[in-house]
Amino acid sequence: MKYLDEYRDEAPIRRTAQEIKRIASRRWRVMEVCGGQTHSILRNGIHQLLEGSVEFLHGPGCPVCVTPISFIDRAIAIAGQPGVTLCSYGDMLRVPGSRESLLSARAGGADVRTVYSPLDALLLAQRQPDRKVVFFAVGFETTAPANAMAVLQARRLGISNFLVLSAMVLVPPAIRALLATPEVGVDGFLGPGHVCSVAGSSDYEAIAQDFRVPFVITGFEPLDLMEGVLRLVRQLEAGETCVVNQYSRSVRAAGNLRARQAMNEVLVPEDREWRGIGVIPGSGLTVSPEYRAHDALAAYGMGLPAAEEGNGCIAGLILQGLRKPADCPAFGKNCSPEHPMGATMVSSEGACAAYFAYPSVSPDSLQEVRS
Amino acid sequence: MLGHGSGGKLTRQLICDVFLPAFDNPVLGGMDDQAVLPSPKGKLAFTTDSFVVTPHFFPGGDIGKLAVCGTANDLAMCGARPLHLSASFILEEGLPIEDLRRVADSMRHECEGLGVHIVAGDTKVVPRGACDGLYLSTSGIGELGHGHTISCSGARPGDQILFSGTAGDHGIAVMAAREGIEFETELKSDCAAVWPLVRVLLEKRIEVHAMRDPTRGGVAGVLKEIAESSSVCIRVREAELPVRAEVRAACEMLGLDVLFVPNEGMFVAFVAPHDAERALHLMRAHPLGRNAQIVGEVLAAPAGSVYLRARAGGTRIVDLLPGEMLPRIC
Repeated sequence: MKYLDEYRDEAPIRRTAQEIKRIASRRWRVMEVCGGQTHSILRNGIHQLLEGSVEFLHGPGCPVCVTPISFIDRAIAIAGQPGVTLCSYGDMLRVPGSRESLLSARAGGADVRTVYSPLDALLLAQRQPDRKVVFFAVGFETTAPANAMAVLQARRLGISNFLVLSAMVLVPPAIRALLATPEVGVDGFLGPGHVCSVAGSSDYEAIAQDFRVPFVITGFEPLDLMEGVLRLVRQLEAGETCVVNQYSRSVRAAGNLRARQAMNEVLVPEDREWRGIGVIPGSGLTVSPEYRAHDALAAYGMGLPAAEEGNGCIAGLILQGLRKPADCPAFGKNCSPEHPMGATMVSSEGACAAYFAYPSVSPDSLQEVRS
Repeated sequence: MLGHGSGGKLTRQLICDVFLPAFDNPVLGGMDDQAVLPSPKGKLAFTTDSFVVTPHFFPGGDIGKLAVCGTANDLAMCGARPLHLSASFILEEGLPIEDLRRVADSMRHECEGLGVHIVAGDTKVVPRGACDGLYLSTSGIGELGHGHTISCSGARPGDQILFSGTAGDHGIAVMAAREGIEFETELKSDCAAVWPLVRVLLEKRIEVHAMRDPTRGGVAGVLKEIAESSSVCIRVREAELPVRAEVRAACEMLGLDVLFVPNEGMFVAFVAPHDAERALHLMRAHPLGRNAQIVGEVLAAPAGSVYLRARAGGTRIVDLLPGEMLPRIC
């Protein structure tokens, strides 16, 4: 398969890993921001191949994980209103709110549907004009344009029963918040390839300059990740702090202008709470007053109940790269994907869930059969 | 109508109009409440399964074909030749009779191919909204004609693991049909009865220790079950597991792991090392095993574990899914 197979071929991946090991004069601390990259690193054992030369710190880039409990509670409350169909991406369904998840709300009779795109929800609204269809819009700059386009399309077609519950967030404010935290010891970042495909690289240029830290905007396949790390380690060894684009087959410096226009038309930034981290200024996207008719929060009450993340979960520290899942006494015991105690265990792209799903092993530990 | 499940004239009409013509055989035709069957000499295998798939008709199959193949395959996985099936229908009031005829015809077609008969059945009709159109339960009896036991607990260190085809075809085809997702190429379910291929392996005296068809839970699910039941360690190579390009693309797009996506016409076979190449050759020579591959081997320890050597070179542990497989956001 073009653009897939060539990025999964073991030989160049191993060669690149050897090159990284050859040039690394110390163990560099590399943060991949995006949950999709975390998932790919662990699924493919990239971290094993770079043991000793690179330590991966897993950033806050899983949109499902960072969606605050208050939003989930609100989504469940809206789904319970008469005449409402709530549409959500699949991996939001299992995430526990303060009392239950959308999955258990559905089991209790709420009309909760899994969709693959906001346009599926829009189509549903068109087909059932007597019901309100609320799309639970979760995600970063990657999914925001499609969500904005759905609102634009709803207005164009006069589909007034389509609403968006916006829990969308932006990556750069979160990285700035991270770097402003003194304890966070990141040497360099793998930039989120899909986010940058939409947003471009200018925000990251500014962060690299302000905090004197290198970035390599990186794709998601194993070879992408290896190449991203190699280019980052080269910068680190040379003391450079530039933004390099490894993912040039998808990312342009200016990003995707049409996508950004749609976002800017429909969505406006606001301060937003991140689950496990707290409020990050200017990091949320909400429906602009101009499109209030499609804003579920406006339609169903603005207040978001404050919900406590109790129970001693260290997800916030993990999301900032200050701790690893294994550092948590509850990991794999009281806390698992079936019974997540906090943010990083609730979605398959959260660091804890990825560690749980893909426990790494040393092949040498296998007891070979002697025939 | 509800009356079709009342046990009165309408019930009889449904049986005579739809089921008897489709499942035509002397045992069923006797219209008794039980099937009286000749007793085979050897051991019997007995299994039961329920089918609630939506949509009822999908590319490559339908709920009827699925029910016959699924039950026959459960029998085949211990090396049993399927002999007789029963079929129990729960119908929602308002289900078009034409749909039921299609399902029954499809079942007849599969039964003919396998040389089995549906010898007992039941029909219930429930009010509209009480079920999703049509639920179907089938039970099956099979005959074991070979000497050694083939069981989930039979895998041994040194065994080679063969997979008879391509992973995930059925799950992706049904999901695409259910969600209305269109791809450039048509995804088709692999739904098929695998007994004809299993019979070849047994007739050629291949030393098979364990077999399983990866339905719910996919390839990963059955490997984990066999590792635990047999108290062995299983190592598979991602690069060796055949996956159709269109299935792989659909999984990439939907954020699903093909290891957990169901098949309905494939199986994994744990074969003694000295027979592995011969088994592979036999499988590939058969239409049901054209894409067969040796995908891994059995190690002694750590018992109960499944290790996957990723295409990129790392090794990871594979476990059962925590719950329903949910598509990822990005």
